[in-house]
Amino acid sequence: MIRISDLSYHHGRTQVLDQVSLTIPKGGITALVGANGAGKSTLLSLIARLTPLQTGSIHVGDLDVSRCPSDMLARNLSILPQNTEVAPRLTVRELVSFGRYPYHKGQPTSEDHTKIDAALQDFDLTPLADRVLDTLSGGQKQRAYVAMTYAQDTDYILLDEPLNNLDIAASRSLMQTLRHLSQEKGRTIVVVMHDLNYACAYADHLVALSNGKIRAEGHPSQVVTNGFLSSVFSTDAHVHHVDQVPVILV
Amino acid sequence: MHARRLIAMGAILALFAVLYMVLGAKGNWNFILPFRATKLAALLLVAVAVSTATVLFQTITQNRILTPSIMGFDALYVLILTVAVFVLGGQGLIRLPPLAVYGVNTVMLVLASLLLFGTLLAGARQDLMRMVLTGIIFGALFRSLTAFLQRMIDPNEYAVVQVSSYARFTQINTDLLLISTILTLLTLGFVWRMRHRLDVLALGPDMATGLGERPRRGQIEALILIAVLVSVSTALVGPIAFLGLLVVSLARLITPTAQHAVLLTSAALISCIVLVGGQMVSERVLFLAAPLSVVIDFIGGFVFLALLLKGTRR
Repeated sequence: MIRISDLSYHHGRTQVLDQVSLTIPKGGITALVGANGAGKSTLLSLIARLTPLQTGSIHVGDLDVSRCPSDMLARNLSILPQNTEVAPRLTVRELVSFGRYPYHKGQPTSEDHTKIDAALQDFDLTPLADRVLDTLSGGQKQRAYVAMTYAQDTDYILLDEPLNNLDIAASRSLMQTLRHLSQEKGRTIVVVMHDLNYACAYADHLVALSNGKIRAEGHPSQVVTNGFLSSVFSTDAHVHHVDQVPVILV
Repeated sequence: MHARRLIAMGAILALFAVLYMVLGAKGNWNFILPFRATKLAALLLVAVAVSTATVLFQTITQNRILTPSIMGFDALYVLILTVAVFVLGGQGLIRLPPLAVYGVNTVMLVLASLLLFGTLLAGARQDLMRMVLTGIIFGALFRSLTAFLQRMIDPNEYAVVQVSSYARFTQINTDLLLISTILTLLTLGFVWRMRHRLDVLALGPDMATGLGERPRRGQIEALILIAVLVSVSTALVGPIAFLGLLVVSLARLITPTAQHAVLLTSAALISCIVLVGGQMVSERVLFLAAPLSVVIDFIGGFVFLALLLKGTRR
């Protein structure tokens, strides 16, 4: 599990996160939702140490995030940041190979190659393995980035808005793959999401942030209500239920 | 594919090196060969130093337009040398062992570049125009300060700094060749050890951190190596504005790859070909009618403008 205690973060005079304490359960998909500027991406960055901690503590499993060595953290937790603009001349295989860097440090072994091939296969990227990233569609590129994160073979996978720029088919396919990873391989996946309907359909646990504070958490069917939409997103959209899954009609 | 191209470039370089050594040689070979070999060695050192420093700088800044020269590194070296002459006097500086002067200049350049560019990299990375403008302003500032100090020092002492103020491939400072060779080889050794880390650092600070690297530490290490390489090339032939940009852009075109092992080798070979081939043509064919530094800066300047207009960051 990921344990966050008394976490506060400010950027200049803006309080981005305010005394956040949270436990993200082991296994399953946890969706971080909230309005723009709620502090979701900052929280994810702090968990992965992309941003240095100011106050509070974060433990990923037994690791104290602020103290453990970088390569040890990278072998336990992988993150796909929001900004993934990399060298356009990389091939899909080269990009996915970077996922094994925390283990091989530039000298891949046969085990690394096996894991890279498996990641390419699990994300249907084998036919595209030698294509240069610049020649791929947005959805294919996003799958390649997620496959790189997956190839890192960590217990904890953090994804910051992985559905950005994806059409409905690509979004569904990616979320189904993530669900498979969490259910079959026991990975703990934390996803920052804007689309509440995807969060309700695929997440096992939902955490809602507003103005740097946790406003609600629990199973989506318990958390997502008309009152929740009003307090967290300041919208009067209505929640309906299809097969007990909340669906927001806009 | 890349291996073949690298071998072909190596062969072209070998041909140019032989031609540079023997073309138009008349007189005592015992004198000509060591004389030309010394100049050839200096050209190769400068070529490798400039191309390697440029690749490193483009990797840590994550864009393909900036080079240490454009950001004012070599102008800073000349400024530090000028300040030393201003404070110690030309004679005072000449009385010091050349190695000490060279060493102090290099250390000062390392410290100043860490202070200036280390801070800049932390704050303005995402803003290309801000980086370019800051670099141009720094360069102009360093050159203006240098010019100001040079006006205030004795004209006789001015000669001490004059040799370092302009690119000069025909009057290479070969006194510093041995220490430059040692420094360059040591630095290249560190760069080669860093090659896989550079591949990861090129992905950007967030992705590099996620993969277990420490980008800030990588940037500082790279800045130190860049400062040493710039010191070597500036001390030997003076500042060359656009050589790095030209040869690294060509390297990315001829060997398009994200692997620094290939990119560093390719850029170094192209840089050597451009300098040795260019100097051979300039000295032996055109008889110095067109100074090489002018031609390189002319073509490199066009490449810079083209890249800037195209908005090629990555």
